[in-house]
Amino acid sequence: MADSKISVEQVRHVARLARLELSAADETALQANLSEILQYIDQLNRLDTSAVAPTAQVGEAGTPMRDDVIANRPDPEAMLANAPARAGHLFKVPRIIE
Amino acid sequence: MSDNAYEAIIGLEVHTHLMTRSKLFCGCSAGFGAGPNENVCPVCMGMPGVLPVLNRHAVELAIRAGLAAHCEIAPESIFDRKSYFYPDLPKGYQISQYELPLCKGGYIELPAHSEGAEPRRIRLTRIHMEEDAGKNIHESGASLVDFNRSGVPLVEIVSEPDIRSADEAGAYLRELRSILRYIEASDGKMEEGGLRCDVNVSVRKRGAAEFGVKTEIKNLNSFRFVEKAIEHEVARQIDILEAGGRIAQETHLWDPVREVTRPMRSKEFANDYRYFPEPDLPPLRVPPDLVEAIKTAMPELPADQRARFVRELGLTAYEAAVLTQDRDLGAYFETMLAAGLKNHRTAANWVMTEVLRVVNEAARPLADAAPLAIESGELLKLVETGAISLNAAKTAFAAMCKSGKGADATVAELGLAQVSDEGAIAAACDQVIAAEAAKVAEYRGGRDKLFGFFVGQVMKAMGGKGNPKVVNEILKRKLSG
Amino acid sequence: MTSELNRMTIAEARDGLARRDFSAIELTRACLEQIKLVDPKINAFITVCAHEALEQAAAADRRLAAGDAPALCGIPLAIKDIYATRGVRTTCASKMLENFVPPFDATVIARLREAGAVFIGKANMDEFAMGSSTENSAFGATRNPHNVERVPGGSSGGSAAAVAADECLGALGTDTGGSIRLPAAFCGVAGIKPTYSRVSRYGVIAYASSLDQVGPFAKTVRDAAILLRTLAGHDPHDSTCSARPVPDYEAALTGDVRGMRIGVPKEYFGAGMEPQVETAIRAALASYERLGATLVEISLPHTEYAIAAYYIVATAEASANLARYDGIRYGLRVEADNTGELYNRTRAAGFGAEVKRRIMLGAFVLSAGYYDAYYLKGQKVRTLIRGDFDRAFARCDVIATPVAPTTAFKIGEKMADPLQMYLSDIFTISVNLAGLPGLSIPCGFDSDGLPIGLQLIGAPFAEETILRAGDAFERTGAITRRAAIL
Ligand SMILES: [Zn+2]
Repeated sequence: MADSKISVEQVRHVARLARLELSAADETALQANLSEILQYIDQLNRLDTSAVAPTAQVGEAGTPMRDDVIANRPDPEAMLANAPARAGHLFKVPRIIE
Repeated sequence: MSDNAYEAIIGLEVHTHLMTRSKLFCGCSAGFGAGPNENVCPVCMGMPGVLPVLNRHAVELAIRAGLAAHCEIAPESIFDRKSYFYPDLPKGYQISQYELPLCKGGYIELPAHSEGAEPRRIRLTRIHMEEDAGKNIHESGASLVDFNRSGVPLVEIVSEPDIRSADEAGAYLRELRSILRYIEASDGKMEEGGLRCDVNVSVRKRGAAEFGVKTEIKNLNSFRFVEKAIEHEVARQIDILEAGGRIAQETHLWDPVREVTRPMRSKEFANDYRYFPEPDLPPLRVPPDLVEAIKTAMPELPADQRARFVRELGLTAYEAAVLTQDRDLGAYFETMLAAGLKNHRTAANWVMTEVLRVVNEAARPLADAAPLAIESGELLKLVETGAISLNAAKTAFAAMCKSGKGADATVAELGLAQVSDEGAIAAACDQVIAAEAAKVAEYRGGRDKLFGFFVGQVMKAMGGKGNPKVVNEILKRKLSG
Repeated sequence: MTSELNRMTIAEARDGLARRDFSAIELTRACLEQIKLVDPKINAFITVCAHEALEQAAAADRRLAAGDAPALCGIPLAIKDIYATRGVRTTCASKMLENFVPPFDATVIARLREAGAVFIGKANMDEFAMGSSTENSAFGATRNPHNVERVPGGSSGGSAAAVAADECLGALGTDTGGSIRLPAAFCGVAGIKPTYSRVSRYGVIAYASSLDQVGPFAKTVRDAAILLRTLAGHDPHDSTCSARPVPDYEAALTGDVRGMRIGVPKEYFGAGMEPQVETAIRAALASYERLGATLVEISLPHTEYAIAAYYIVATAEASANLARYDGIRYGLRVEADNTGELYNRTRAAGFGAEVKRRIMLGAFVLSAGYYDAYYLKGQKVRTLIRGDFDRAFARCDVIATPVAPTTAFKIGEKMADPLQMYLSDIFTISVNLAGLPGLSIPCGFDSDGLPIGLQLIGAPFAEETILRAGDAFERTGAITRRAAIL
């Protein structure tokens, strides 16, 4: 795809960042889909936004703060109830490789 | 040696826990010692749908740290998400501060240890707030994850590359820890992860304007390791440059057993943390009156206390520096003086020798290892009034450390009080003079050196408790009579 | 009588229950019967909570008998399966959470419990609310009760379909880019997306945090107002939730729109709109004029950029929000001998194609080298879109637009073309970017009997104004609610 907005290598790189295993077919499909969407997004470049401030949030200004009090009681059983694998009150994972 | 032709350029990133009761974004206890996954809730476990709510006290402590380090407190700062995958990171991102941190600029002033020396200022880049991750416990072939530490509030204190040696890095860390303890922001205990350090090191030819390529040494958890790692890394880099090589920009881990740094496995896509503003937290607004209120309530900082000790109490710069390394030590010293001691330097030396010795020997905190400061003060007061000798005070102190009893009681119990009663001393002198007629004759014949012998005999006769000053006076009078 | 109970509005049922004309158990049973009858055809529910619902209904009856009935006592509601419900599995329509049972309630769920509501079941949706048709569900697509060959709209399609098919009296949805308003329009029911921050998001499984908002579906605007009053209000567990007092929305329904200035944005009536949709919208606008409102032509010049900006902002946030699904603490796990592989395989197996697409797009626009060109650009365009609305609301009280350029499209029609699917939200997405309240009400039917939706957009916190406008139109009786053809 000569006019693609994103290369297969970029698709693989982003998949590594996002921790998604992709088949070769997934890669091809995603390259096509993402290219089309990024192409569409490119229309934003028609707008000169050099003097525009970004908007990250649209709610009330200023974060509220809570008092420093302990409000939770230990309940490890409830917290581990959905664990796919556990050892006692600990979550179990295989060898850690990043 | 070629080493002298180079200088080291060192910057430190220090992470420290803030001493809050609850976590940064949820109402779980931030305390130590709970069983696995007891101090967790849906929020700090990153369950679907949960949201963070900021702990006000954590913000106040971070501002305190910023003010103590002379930072500018941002009226509005932003929390960001830092994305990476790790089993101890429940949400797949850490809530941190990236572009707009709470505190900017500032500096840490290192105490001058000798008279007239200029204090060194290490500039800070920033201090920002973030949440801690959980803990992975490694087993053979598997790991176990405990989220009790997940969400505990941290500040990261980032210095400019102003540090020039391993020693200076150590001095910076000690001063930083001291400040954090003085302001009760952190207990600075390295062993519990209360203080963790990443180090950036590069070297350059002395006088060169440009920085060399730096390496990062990660996750050092003791001051000694920081110093050792820097020494090792500086030497390693100089060796490479001297051999005509180039420094690779990489991250190293400190191997505390072999005392070397070694590069981490290179990860081609590491460090793309994809920071962006945390949409679940509006900007943190710190109104000027809050900063003023925190400033007003600030405890005295080590640098101020040091200056006061020198100016008002006549201590040397060195003595003041040692006493302010730790807030408890400074406070101990000042409480001792409250017993009405006139000789401040004697008290200072008492703390630096006797008190620090028992603390080090016991390897326990000051409050556990040493008697109450006021009792130490009372003990030295007894020395000042001549009621006991300095040696007797040391004996009493050792006993007080074990028994926890007061100065007066211990001195009485051990019978350490000096006898100053002239009648009793005169009687002892007479007894010695009568028993040692031959030596008396020699003395009177001109052998002045024998005086010490007579003092010794009198003291022996009095069981060591005679007030030496009075014994001297009376003995001299009687022997010359 | 009993067989008709499920067709009632909330206002009617509230009065009937208060008069003890029927019991909450009878009402709940009627809904459960209807589900048994019609849900095999429309698949509006992922989980039907018959047992729990009857228990809640019994408790409601006790409170009714004791004369201590709170606002929604005994009212059966469908809950989009995006809300954490303590002890009831919450899937977000994803294989990833197929067996996830939350140990806590979302704030609005707790509020509804306190108000005595009955949770009839967890409604189907697009996986993680990503979609416009409720076809992206790991539990099968939901179908439109007006025509089962058509989509119900998405992502809250199960909730809208359940209300339209009288399987419940009202429902909860969420709206990130139109996910309440589009299915409300396609299914011919009322749905409101409140102002961002009006309702707590705590316990609502996050898709795009700066856009997501909670809202109700109902058979009438009045019912939507009744539900919203219970949902809205400050929550100490949501830092973005407003502390402003909650008005009595029902009291705002005076039927009087005289002097109301209704803005009509010219950009919303262009190419691509089905003529029948435009005709119905124009007719509704004419009704407003007859009721004494004035129409004002306005301009929202950045409308055409909204979808592009949205797919940057929403996917960036989603890529981080969905990073927690890693197979370690809960949810699906595909075993591997190291954590890296475990993540890769678990996430590959647990997420559907659309979710993967959005995670990929979001990670890309935030990645080193692309942040400024995409993410920052999207945020700046968001500023421009907000500015459009600020200027418009200086000249009008309400903005009226179609909800979508077409009526419900065919199942499968847009599944192969993600971009075409995204464009379904062209008229709703700006409202989320600007954080405004938007109401969708039925205003007609096309020649195939498919509903057409009118969108009424308000200034921030002007829910009362748009509800009043919607209710006034409903009162004209121009549209009689048609029972779904099943
Ligand atoms: Zn917690």
